[in-house]
Parts: sequence; structure tokens; C-alpha cells
Amino acid sequence: MKSKGNGFRIYAILYLGFLYAPIVLLPIFAFNNSTVISFPLVGFTTQWFQALVTDTSLLLAVRHSLIVAVSVSILATTFGVFAARATTRYKFPGKGGLMGMIMLPLVLPDIIIAVALLGAITNILGMKLSLITVIFGHTLIATPFTIAILNSAFQSLDRSLEEAAYDLGETKISTFRLIILPLVMPGIISAMLIAFTISLDEYIIAAFLSGTEATLPVYIFSQFRFPQRVPVIMALGTILVCLSIVLLTVAEYFRRRGIAKAGGKSSGGFL
Amino acid sequence: MTSSPAAAAPTPKAKRPLIELRDIEKYYGDYYALRKITTDIREGEFFSLLGPSGCGKTTLLRCIAGFEELSGGNLLIDGKDMEGVSANHRPTNMVFQSYAIFPHLTVEENVGFGLRREKATKEDKARRVAEALEMVGLKGYGKRAAHALSGGQRQRVALARALILKPKVLLLDEPLSALDKKMREQMQSELRKLQRQVGITFILVTHDQEEALIMSDRIAVMFDGVIAQLDSPERLYRRPVSRKVAEFIGIMNFLPATVTGTEGGQIQLEVAGLGAIAIDAEQCPGAVKTGEASVGFRPETMTVLFEGDPEPTRGKIAGGEVEEVVYFGDMSYYDVKLDGVEKPVQISMRNVVGRPVLGRGARIRIAWEAGALVLFC
Amino acid sequence: MTKRKFLGSEAANGLLMLSPTAIYSIVVMAAPLIAVLLFSFMTPGYLKVIWTPTLDNYAKVLSDPIYQVLLGRSLVMAATVTAVTVLTAFPIAYFISFIVSPEKKSLWLFLITIPFWTSYLIRVFLWKVILGYNGVINEAFMGLGIIHQPMTFLLYNMNSVVLTLAHSYAPFAILPIFVALEKIDRSLLEAGQDLGESRIMTFIRVTLPLAMSGVVASVLIVFIPTVGDYVTPTLVGGSSGQMIANVIQLQYFKLGNYPVGSAVSIAAMGVVTVISVIFVFANRRFMRGPQ
Ligand SMILES: Nc1ncnc2c1ncn2[C@@H]1O[C@H](COP(=O)(O)OP(=O)(O)OP(=O)(O)O)[C@@H](O)[C@H]1O
Ligand SMILES: [Mg+2]
Repeated sequence: MKSKGNGFRIYAILYLGFLYAPIVLLPIFAFNNSTVISFPLVGFTTQWFQALVTDTSLLLAVRHSLIVAVSVSILATTFGVFAARATTRYKFPGKGGLMGMIMLPLVLPDIIIAVALLGAITNILGMKLSLITVIFGHTLIATPFTIAILNSAFQSLDRSLEEAAYDLGETKISTFRLIILPLVMPGIISAMLIAFTISLDEYIIAAFLSGTEATLPVYIFSQFRFPQRVPVIMALGTILVCLSIVLLTVAEYFRRRGIAKAGGKSSGGFL
Repeated sequence: MTSSPAAAAPTPKAKRPLIELRDIEKYYGDYYALRKITTDIREGEFFSLLGPSGCGKTTLLRCIAGFEELSGGNLLIDGKDMEGVSANHRPTNMVFQSYAIFPHLTVEENVGFGLRREKATKEDKARRVAEALEMVGLKGYGKRAAHALSGGQRQRVALARALILKPKVLLLDEPLSALDKKMREQMQSELRKLQRQVGITFILVTHDQEEALIMSDRIAVMFDGVIAQLDSPERLYRRPVSRKVAEFIGIMNFLPATVTGTEGGQIQLEVAGLGAIAIDAEQCPGAVKTGEASVGFRPETMTVLFEGDPEPTRGKIAGGEVEEVVYFGDMSYYDVKLDGVEKPVQISMRNVVGRPVLGRGARIRIAWEAGALVLFC
Repeated sequence: MTKRKFLGSEAANGLLMLSPTAIYSIVVMAAPLIAVLLFSFMTPGYLKVIWTPTLDNYAKVLSDPIYQVLLGRSLVMAATVTAVTVLTAFPIAYFISFIVSPEKKSLWLFLITIPFWTSYLIRVFLWKVILGYNGVINEAFMGLGIIHQPMTFLLYNMNSVVLTLAHSYAPFAILPIFVALEKIDRSLLEAGQDLGESRIMTFIRVTLPLAMSGVVASVLIVFIPTVGDYVTPTLVGGSSGQMIANVIQLQYFKLGNYPVGSAVSIAAMGVVTVISVIFVFANRRFMRGPQ
């Protein structure tokens, strides 16, 4: 431990500094009374936060993002439950290949997913771009994350618990409702929160597929062109970061509670 | 639980087969796990499945419970073919090795879990739960969270939860293996008492031969997907049908022998170290044939004669030399080289006051009886 | 030998259970990807595809040097980002796995993943603020009198792109390595030292080979998506920030030329796949065992 550990510890703390540097700056500029984002700071203001509430196109983008994120969290988690249950409980041919395909978006560049969906939607399905098409794309990329979380929830579920309920006269469906669902519920909540966060933050797919209905990241990107709008974005970012941290903390809490509840132990994080 | 009208039939209780296994087969893919098992399990008996790891005990139990589908053969419970009857509709209940206590429910909710579908008043159900808890010695534990219980308590909850439904058969898969030695011994006698009290057929899976001997009315010894012997504990110990069964249950010494002839219910043998003898045909539980064979005996069936011991009135005397002695407190175990036999045999003697423990190299005399021998051809 | 029915069997139940997710993935991902492949062989029309097969798109992509330059630049950028990210991530994964006490591991992992979940665009933009001409670093160094002119090599070049992407992909690089390190039986390391190896040699001969499966996973999970990133290079890359993904975006989004955009996508994915396969193959001796 001693000296060797200390070297690593110093490095780890510097690394954390690197990871958190942008996030720490965010509130600083959000409350800085200047349209130019640079040092030295000028003075304290809350005007950028006030400007947020009166910006109608921003509010619309928030609305769009919330619609998408809520839908995605429900859809991706539902797909995640099916997949996690199937992989943890059953053995069947082609499982590896199918799971590989489902998890592929983890490594597939977002732009490829975006262009593929754009091409298929406009040229083959002849659908109009809208929030629905964004929901399709986001569900695709969020599902692997929900599967990863739900896998650990389903894995820590002792198979004999289901068999015991079945043995005591319940049907397969009531066993799912009475035993499995309550025990994996924390994992489900955690998966929903993660899917929500991913969707809320995703830019490339949303840019390609949202058509005229801009989501929040699409709106934010468009605002970078106007320097005078940047402080408002900083204020928005501050709120988003706080929201993300709250959501993640809640998600992590539920994930761990789920594992503890089912009698397991874990030191893993998300992913 | 459905109860068939056959339950009221006036068949003599102890003899009636409750579970009939007819050529039961089970494949896992290409693996042949159960190989045409045919046997009856009687009503009200404590039946054990004993065998080494991987022999198929759990598989057979799970087939009876309905968790595994048979690949072949028929399974009848109470005269009714169980084909197509799923686990939740069979008159069996299971105590799982891990106990499978629902961690999100209280003790009470766990025990009363199977009553959910019964049409009974709340008070009635609560009374039955309380009775079941009392029966397993957990009176007053009802409100506890299930995940806060000790191993022994979980075991009791699992028992109460299964017995409250008054199944025809209770299936137990190594229910004691997760407990420490002391707790295990206590639960062994409690389980046995409980079984007598409720009169339900218990089928216990275990790989612990001592446990099976202590608890069971009858034991089926399984190897590689077949039942090698089904007998009472006493017969299983005294008259194992094969060397394999004999070696699995307790310790048995083997001496090379030659069968020279059979006549009038007697078998003539030439046994290394013991000489020419005749034994009862009953002492060969397997098939008899002349020629090379081996003879087995348990360590406690031979007696080392000490200085001053009275000459035995029955039996014969053999000579030998102590090769090794292991002192065990209440017992001493001697490895003895019988005159004319290469491999030493083990003889156990109870240590009593005034009797010395012999040292290595001591010449000794050994008293033995032909009735204690088992012949394996 | 076994004459069991498929319906109601474990395999059927498993497939049935997986089918909603699998079908979704086929319809929304696999089918569109196949469509991209088809498009790449069709004739371009503005915002639509004319269904006449042709090889012109590939001819164009292969003959026009701009695509090769951009693809080459994307690959170099992604390779640099991957190298920097994985090399800096390894000590962190090692630290959390081997030095942090078990009860604090979750906290460290949580701390490392949090920045990843906060608005990506705003994070990239903030690096601009940190590295820019009037940025945090320049202001700070000038304030301290270390420099007198703002440093210009910080922003709008490859350095800033690499730094920003290394920041974005940090958790993706750390977690697989951490998982691989966690799986190492600690007694193996003691055995290594017991057999007379020094700490460093034990690390090289025991720990590193066993951690390689995690390193390979990290490399792929960072390399493949970064080849396709265009937001970060556009925002902080300056004139050198044009990447192959920008062309794809341009062809699809601005020019409405789906066939050429598809041909570029397929060509880029093909090259990336080949590189990844070669990389995995080169490391195959580490990939044995469960994965
Ligand atoms: N679901 C399964 N799929 C494939 N093979 C199985 C399955 N369940 C059991 N087996 C195999 O069938 C054989 C018998 O297993 P079983 O669990 O019945 O053994 P057991 O006698 O209970 O052993 P133990 O004392 O170890 O519990 C073993 O070789 C096992 O590997
Ligand atoms: Mg077993």
C-alpha cells in the first residue's frame, strides 16, 4: 500500500480533476455577469437563469426532449427486461449472436445508426421525420445499457425462488408478478433513469432524425453559433448537470438496493 | 392442492405405493441422466435418495416435483399419471437446498404464500400460518423480515411454507447441507420427528450416507442415473448388493475369495486369511457364481482378542499383526495384516477401561464369525 | 434419441422471450444497415435514391483523394485518442481494482462515471472555454506570468480533439480494464512473487497478460465510435477538424446524396472492421477464457 499506493492515489486525484474540470466551470460561468465566457469573472448574476424561462424555443425543445426521453426510458427498459430475462434464465441456440446484435449499438458509431435510420425512414418507409423517429433511434442505443443493468438484477435472482413460488401453486405469470417483478424493480427503475439520461443527452441521432422538432441538445448546438446566447446555455447546462447527478444517484441507489435485496453483493458501476 | 378420491380408499396404509416410477428416463441433450428408473415410494415413509455428486438425485427429485419433463417413462402419484401436470398442480411441495425464502416478504407472508389461492377467510389463513410456524418451532417470528433469518431459521420457514399446504409428498433437496455440523444434527432428528408427526411422505436427497442412515425408513442408493440398491438402512449396511454400494456406505474390508461350490442354501468358499468356510446363501445379496469373488466385512464385526479376554464361545480365530493404529478417543482403529493376506484390513474396537491400546507390530488374535461376511461375486 | 417437442421447450421459451428485443433490433438497426448497403450501389437523386444499380459511388469514393485524406485523418485521430485514453485509463483501473479498499470501489466507479452522464455538448463546449485564446489555461498562465502571449496550440487542432475525446471516453476505457483486473485471482500475483519475480516483473508477466482482454475491449469501445465522431472535431478541431463523419453528414444531411453518403459509410465501416479484426487477431492469445 504505502508509497506505491500514494503515487497511484495522486494520479487518480489529478485524473478526477481532469474529468471534473468542465463541470466545475459550468456554474461559475452560469452566474457570471458577462456575455463573454472567459476569465476574469465580472460579477454575480442570475439573469441567465431568468432568460431560460422566457425563451419559448428553448421551452419547446425541453418539452420535445422530455417526451422523447420518457418514451425511450419506457421502451428501452421494456426491451431490456425481455432480453435480460431471456439471457439470464434460458439457454437457446443463437443466443450469443442475437445478443451480440442487440448490444452492437454500444460500439457502432452514432453517425452510422443515424444515417442508416435516416435513409431507411425517408427512402423506404416514406415516414416524416419527427420525435417518433428520434424515439426509435434513442431506444436502440439505450437498450444495451438497460440490458447491462437489468442483467445484474436478474442474475442476482436465485432461480429456486421462482420454482418455489411455482411449486406453491402460482402460475408462471403470477410468479413473475409476485416474486420476480418486486425483486428486480430497483433494477428497472435504475434502467429507466439511465435510458432517460442517455436520451436527454444524445445529439447526433436527434440532429438527423428530429426534423423540425428540435430536442434540447439540437437546440443547444444551434445556439453555439450565437456567442451572446452562450451564458444562457451555461445556465441550462448547470441545471442539466444537477439533474443528471440527481438521477444517477437515485439510479445507483436503486441498483444497489436491488442487488442487496436479492441477497447479492456488487462492486460494479453502470455499464 | 387437489386431493384425489383414492386418498380415502381403504388400502392398508403402510404398503400402498404413493409414487410409482416406471422406467423413468431423463436426457439433458445427449447426457443420459436417469436411466430407466423403476421403483415405488410408499405412503407415509421417509425415503432417501443417496448417491455421489452428479448421479442424478436432484434430477429425479425435480422430475417428481414437475420442474423437469421426463424424456421417457411414467410417473404416477396416488395412482394418477403426472404427465402434463405442471409443478403448480402436483400434490408435492419442495424444500429447496437454498431454501428459496422470498427475501422481500416477511416470515408470515412466506409461510402463507401458497394459501393465496385458497378460498378461506383471512382469520383462517392467519391461524394456519401460526400453527405451521409453531410446528417448526418459530412461534412469534411471523413479523420478521425473511432476509434477517439465520440458516436454521430459514430452513424452518421453508419447511413450514411447504407443509402448510398439506402435500401428499414433501421433497427435500439436501436441506441440511448449508447448516453447520451441530445445527445439522439437531435438524436431522427434528425432521424425523416432524415427519412422524405429520405422516406425510418425505423424499430426501442427500449425499451424506450417515444422514440417510439416521433419518430414513428406506434408502435408494443411486449411481450414474440408476438405483443400485433400495433397502432399509440396516439391510443396506449389512447386506450391500455390490462392492460399490458397500464402499459408499460406511467402511468395508474386502478379502479375495474363491467360490468352490453351492449346495442346500449354503455356499462353500476359500477366503484368504480366513480359510475354507461355508456361508448362508442369504449372505450373497447379488448373484452367485463359482470362481473368483471377494468377501467383505465391516470393521466392527471382527474383534481383537486381548490378554485375559475369555475365549469366544462362537466363531473362529484368525492371526495377524498390527500395522497401524489410529486412536480416536472412544474408538481405536487398527490396520491389521491378516496372516497370508497382502492388504491390511481395518478393525475398530471400542476403548473401554482397563483395555490397552495395542502398538504397531503387535501380534494379535482376531475373533470373527462367518455370519458377518458378505459375498460379492 | 431425444424426441422432445420444440414448442414449450427451454430453447423456444428463451427465443420467445428475447424476440421483442431482437425483432426491434433487426427492424430498427439491422434492416436499415442493410438498406445503407443497398443505397451504396444505387444512383443518387436529391433526397432520394434512384433504384438503378451502379458502382459509380464506390468509384467516386475510391478515386477522390479527399475521402482517403479524411478517412486517414479520422483513423489517425481515433488511434491517437484510443492510445491516450487507454494508457491514461489503465493506472486508474489498476488503482481502483488493486489499491482502493473494497467498500470504496463503488464510490470511485461512481465518481468516474458521473461526468460521462452530463451533457456531452456542453462538456465539449467547456473544453473550448478552458483551452481557448482567452481561455482558463491561458488566463491562468498569463496571470502567473509564466507566459506573455496566449498559447495557440491548445485549441483548434488535433491536441484539443484528442484531449476532449479522451475526456468523453474515459469511463468506457476504464470500466472494461477494471472488470478484467477484478477477475484476476489475487493468489496468482502472490504465486508470481513467490516464484521469485519482482513486483514489476509480476505485473508484466502475470497481471498485464490477464488484463489484456479488458484492454482489448477498451481499445475497441473507444476506437470504433471515435472514428465516427464529428461533433467534437467540428467544435474544437478548427481547420483540421474535418473528419470522415463530416463528409457522411454533409452527403446525407446537406447534399441529400444518400448513395454516396452510404458508400462512404460502408467504406469507412469496412476499414474500421478490418482494423478491429486485425487488432483482435493480433491479441488473440490473451482472449482465451470466458468473455
Ligand atoms: N439443466 C441441466 N442441463 C444439463 N445437464 C444437467 C442439468 N442438470 C443436471 N445435469 C447433469 O445431470 C447429472 C445429474 O445431475 P444432478 O443435479 O441430478 O446430480 P446430483 O446427484 O443431485 O448431484 P449433487 O450431489 O452434486 O447435487 C449431472 O452430471 C449434471 O451435470
Ligand atoms: Mg443435487
